[in-house]
Parts: sequence; C-alpha cells; structure tokens
Amino acid sequence: MDNNFSSADLEFQQEVRAFFKSAYTPELQVKVESGEDHKGVAIEWQNKLNDQGWFAVDWPVEVGGTGWTPVQKFIFETERCEAGAPDVVPFGVKMVAPVIFTFGNDEQKKRFLPRILTSQDWWCQGYSEPGAGSDLAALQTKAVKDGDDYLVTGAKIWTTYAQSADWIFCLVRTGTFEKRQQGISFLLIDMKSEGIQVNPIHSIDNHHSLNEVVFDNVRVPQENLIGVENQGWTYAKALLAHERTGIAGVAQCRNWLREISELARQQTNYKGLLIDDPQFQTRLSDIEIELMALEYLELRVLAKLSSGDTPGPESSLLKIKGTELQQLLQELRMQTIGAYSGSLHLDDFQSDLHRRGSNSRRAYMYGRAATIYGGSNEVQRNVIAKAVLGL
Amino acid sequence: MNFEYSEEQNALKDSIVRWAQDNYSFEQRRVGADSDNGFSQNHYNTFAELGWLSVPFSEENGGYGGSVVDIAAVMEEFGKALVVEPVFPNLILFGGLLERSTNDAIKADLIPQVIDGSLMGAVALYEPQAHFDASNIATSATEDGKSYLISGHKSVVLGGAHAKKLIVVARTSGAQTDEDGLSLFLLDAGAAGVTVNAYPLMDGQQVADIHFDNASAQLIGDLGNASSAVKEVLTIAHVALAAEAVGLMEVLNRTTIEYTKTRKQFGVTISSFQVLQHRMVDTFMSYEQAKSLLIGTLVELTDDRTTPQRASKMVNALRTLIAKNGKHIGDEAIQLHGGMGLTDEMNVGHYHKRMMMINLMFGNGDFFQNQFNQVAYASECQ
Repeated sequence: MDNNFSSADLEFQQEVRAFFKSAYTPELQVKVESGEDHKGVAIEWQNKLNDQGWFAVDWPVEVGGTGWTPVQKFIFETERCEAGAPDVVPFGVKMVAPVIFTFGNDEQKKRFLPRILTSQDWWCQGYSEPGAGSDLAALQTKAVKDGDDYLVTGAKIWTTYAQSADWIFCLVRTGTFEKRQQGISFLLIDMKSEGIQVNPIHSIDNHHSLNEVVFDNVRVPQENLIGVENQGWTYAKALLAHERTGIAGVAQCRNWLREISELARQQTNYKGLLIDDPQFQTRLSDIEIELMALEYLELRVLAKLSSGDTPGPESSLLKIKGTELQQLLQELRMQTIGAYSGSLHLDDFQSDLHRRGSNSRRAYMYGRAATIYGGSNEVQRNVIAKAVLGL
Repeated sequence: MNFEYSEEQNALKDSIVRWAQDNYSFEQRRVGADSDNGFSQNHYNTFAELGWLSVPFSEENGGYGGSVVDIAAVMEEFGKALVVEPVFPNLILFGGLLERSTNDAIKADLIPQVIDGSLMGAVALYEPQAHFDASNIATSATEDGKSYLISGHKSVVLGGAHAKKLIVVARTSGAQTDEDGLSLFLLDAGAAGVTVNAYPLMDGQQVADIHFDNASAQLIGDLGNASSAVKEVLTIAHVALAAEAVGLMEVLNRTTIEYTKTRKQFGVTISSFQVLQHRMVDTFMSYEQAKSLLIGTLVELTDDRTTPQRASKMVNALRTLIAKNGKHIGDEAIQLHGGMGLTDEMNVGHYHKRMMMINLMFGNGDFFQNQFNQVAYASECQ
C-alpha cells in the first residue's frame, strides 16, 4: 500500500502548479469573483487553458484533447482548486463533446469540436423536462421526421445558461416502444432556430442561470442527429457516468474548509477566537473527518481507474457523500462569516466580509442543486441498492 | 499508488478465512465463548501453529516482522470471524510493550512464549479515575533494593483474567497526570500483593480489575520514560481495533442485506422496500468511508514523510469515524432484523456488542474527536 505518485506525475504536478500560478492572475480573479459578464470572463479563462492545450481534459489526443491519464486529471483538478481557479463551463467541453467524439460521425466531429475548443460555440443541456426529472425516460419532447428535417415540439427545463447558448443538445422522443428508454434520440439544435423560446427561471440564489426552453415545431436538419435514431439513451447514459466522476468535489471542499478555519482564526466571540470554541471545532471536525475518508475513497476509485477499470457505481457513492459534505461546508461557511452572509451585493463590496458573505450565500443557495442534479441523491441510492447491494 | 493489500498480506488473510470457514462457525465459536475459560485454548494453539501470533514481532525477536498494515490485515479478518480468543491483549498490548522493553534477557525469554501461545500476558494501564487518559496514573512504584514495590488499582485490564504475567505502568515520579515519570514493570499475576478480580465483558472478553498492595515487580524499561512506548503501542492498538471494527462492519452489513432478502412481510421480501434499501445504502457508505480512512491511515503511518502531528490527526480521525459509523451500522443491523435482532441466537447482536466494546476501548468517539480538534485546530498548536 502506498499513495505515491510516479516521478513523472510529480513533475506534471509541478508544471500544473506553476501554470495556474501564472495564468490565474489577480486581475482575472477579481473579474471572476465579481460575477459580472459571466460568459465573457469564462471564455477568457477557457481560452487561456486552450492556449496551453489543457482545456479538453477528457478528450483523446486525436480530437485535440490532452489524452491525460486518470491520475493526471486528478492532479490537474486538485491543483486548480488549490489555486482557487474556476472550473470550465462543462456543457460543451465535458458533456456534449464526449458524445460527439464517441458516437458522432466525422462530419459532426469536424463541425463542432474545434468550435468547442475555442469556446466559439456555447452549449446548454436539454435533458430534464417539466414532467421528466429524475425519471428522465419519461421525456415527451417529440421529434417528427419531415423531409430532410425533424420537427421538434416540447419543453426542456432547468437549462443552465440557455439564455447565452448557441446550441442545445437534446434528448427527444422519435419513437414509441414498450421499453420507454427505446425511442429516444440525441439531437443537436441551433438555438437561433425559429420556434425556440427561452423563459428565464429566477432561482433562490437571486441569480438567473436557469431557464425553460420551449420548442414549437422547430426545424432541425437530420444531419444533426448523433449516432442512430432511437439509440440516444445509450449515449446519454455513457455521458452521465462522465458527469458523476469528479462530482465529489473533494478539492473544492478542502478549499472551503481552509477558508472556514482561516476565518475562524480571525473571528472572536465572547470567549476568544472562534477556532478555539469546542462546539465550533466539533462542527468543523464532523465534516473534516468525513472529508478525509472521502479523499481516500476517491483515491481508491482513482487507483482502480488507473489499472484499467471503468467507473462503476462507486461514482454514485462519491456523488452522494461529496454533495452532502459540500452542503454542510456551505452552511458552516455562512455560519462562520455571520450576518454578512445575508448580503445580497453582487459587486461593489464594502469590505472583504461583504464579498465573502455574499459569495457564501450564493454558494449555499445554489448549492442546494448539487443533491438534485446529475440524478438526485435519492436516485443515486436506488442505483447503489440495485447495482451494488443487489436489492 | 496502490490501496490494496499485498499478495503476502492477502495470503495471510486467506489462511484466516479458510480456518474460520472450517472451524469457526457461529455455533463452533460459541463452544469456546460459553466455556468457563471464555475462549478455546485449542483455537489459540492453532493460531500459534499457523504463525499468526508472530505477525507483530520483529524478526530479531523471532517474529514475522509485520508492519501495521500486516497487523490490520490480520485484525480485519479476526473481526469478520468475531474471534473471541485474546489475540489483541496478548500480541498488541502485552507483546507491544514487551518489544519496547530495554531488558533484552526478558525479551529473549518471554517473546517466544507469546509467539508459541504458551504465555498469556496483560497490560495494567488504565485506572478507575482516569476515564480515557493514559497518563492519569496514581499507581505508584517505589524502589526496594533491586526491585520495586507497586501499589494501586488498575481497571478493566484486558486479558487480565487469564494472564500469567502482567506489565504494569506505574508512577515513579511527578504529579498524577504528568506524562513524564511513568515506568514499565513486570511481575507474575500470582505474586504476593496482587489481587485479580476477574469478570466478563459483554463481548466475551475475560478482563479483571487488579489491585496491587506493595507487590514486588521488576523494572523493564528506562526509569520515568514509559510514556513514549505506551503511546507507540496505543497507536498500533487504535489501528488494530479500527481494522477489526471494519471487519465487523462488513459482516453486519452483509448479514443484514441477506436477511432482508429472505424475510417476508406484507407478502414480499422486506428488501423490496425503498425505505429499507436507502438505509442499507447509508450503512454501506458508512462502511466504505470507514474502510477508506483505515486504508489512508495505514498508508500514511507507513510513509516516512508523515509528521507526528499528521499521524495523530489520522489515527484520531479514524477512531472518531469508527465510533460513529460502527454504531450506525450496528444499530441499523439490529433494527432491520426486527425482533430477531434482539435475540441471542442471531449473530448480529454479538457483532454489535464487540463493536460497542471497541468503541469504549482506550477512548470513545467524543474523546478521539476532542483529541483530533486539539491537533487540528487549537490556536496555540498552530
């Protein structure tokens, strides 16, 4: 037993660390934290990553990706969080691209992948519907053949950043079979198409990132179909497994933990420093000890991946535990900052505590989504019960 | 990066699995556990013959030279089999302090007897007033020519009921809670001035409260410097108990899942109820978390780069999590077995009782979490 990286991996770690240090500049940090012009700032950052050749982390080399091993990806992600640098917007590079390069034809690869790499195309995800959430196979948005096109009618919901997206990748119903999972197809739709309406959904973080996207006889060329008609469920499932690995967010949790304990060394209560309050210490260690265990659970999964195993139901475990700990930390972060955490300011912060407070409020409020998206934690428990415990 | 046991360690584990399959069913185990002795001497002799009792001892003392990972591998399997024979008090505690003695003649004499199973020993460390503080020691040792006279009261001495030899941690100087001023002494359990009041614990262990009244004993370590040896032995003891607990958890979960697949209510197996499925997923997560932290602790304790502070953080985190998750898994196992979980004939209650005793040995969850907090957060330690 050992948790040593190879010397090549250690060199890689130094290289990544140096890159983040120079690329994630203080000016960029200010822009990211202001929350203004989210898309513009994200593109600026993604282009910096792409110039380095480190944007398409999960892609094979042949299509312009890094071709990194699971350990290299893990190191990159850990170093990114250590540096406090933002994650990339996942819908293009992490979600639709793997489907395109795995199941798409050459034409589609040539057409879409380069524009994802340069962040010229902005993608959003059309899976959930008003009547189909965790029960995704209940989706009803229809695509009916009409000449060389499909006519798409229906509605998608919880569509993050649809308001600024150029394209949406959708699961649509193209046939009716006894098994609901059959008859679903994977379709790429231009957001500028006639008949698409984007309705904003304002969320409890006092922010607008979610939308409903309504399709009314939207004409979509059949060349935008990925793979074979009625096989879309298979492609989407492959993608969902992608979505669940790395969802534990261990490195992000460590950041919050560090921030909380640093803050608690500055805050004083009537007895002295907050960090010396036994009740506070116990709340913190309740979380930290679970996080130390989760860290090794993730490393165990990583070691399995490195030896060639595919990610299995363990990723459901990581998702459940990771998101639960994220939420506990988001809460404790608010508690530690105190009443400033109610601050609604989005910019022009009066003080560092205003900034931290407002950020912690948004993280907590939007953080409620983490146990819901990507298959709610209850659905994940169903997955483990069936696939791991054989119940 | 590798988080699996090695081939040798798996071979060691397999030999325990095979032995338990053939010789240690729940009913076979009961024969020894319910006997006057509280365990089977035959089984214990078999452990010696198969070499398991040599694992923690260094090669120069005739042992296998096992690391803490080897010890954990063995203890995890003993946990799964719910072994009641006094391996832990003999090997980890008594053997552990014996190896750290500075008296080579005594080591050469006694360690082979521990390894061949002929000597039962015990460590008299904790005292009634001390809760879980291993330095809070009132038992005194005063010089008397070549030997020392021991007086005091030691509580819940593991293996104390059968021990022929005792190692006593007694105070030779300093105040009652000082870490300095403690020394190790060896004496016969039957010596004059030693009163052994034996009793069983709920997990089948035969323990004793032992009173010393000017009992003559031999100093076997540096005078006044026992606390570092005690700490080293306790660190290994914590990991050994945690590994045993992880073994218990695995069996508790497996047994419960199997039971719910056969038990029918409302015309269906109760494993089909989602509310129970989710509870079993949660106990499975508790197990995976505990197992992962055990592995993490083993990896870091055997890494030269690990600082003492980090090692302490890992061990205290591990025992805190074991206390929490062990209770979670044990309680749920009984709840999901329903009324049957309360019966003495089912094994889950016995596994849970062992888990509860582990979670009271040398600290409980609150104690370890408090220790963790001191190491990790207290501002004066930064």
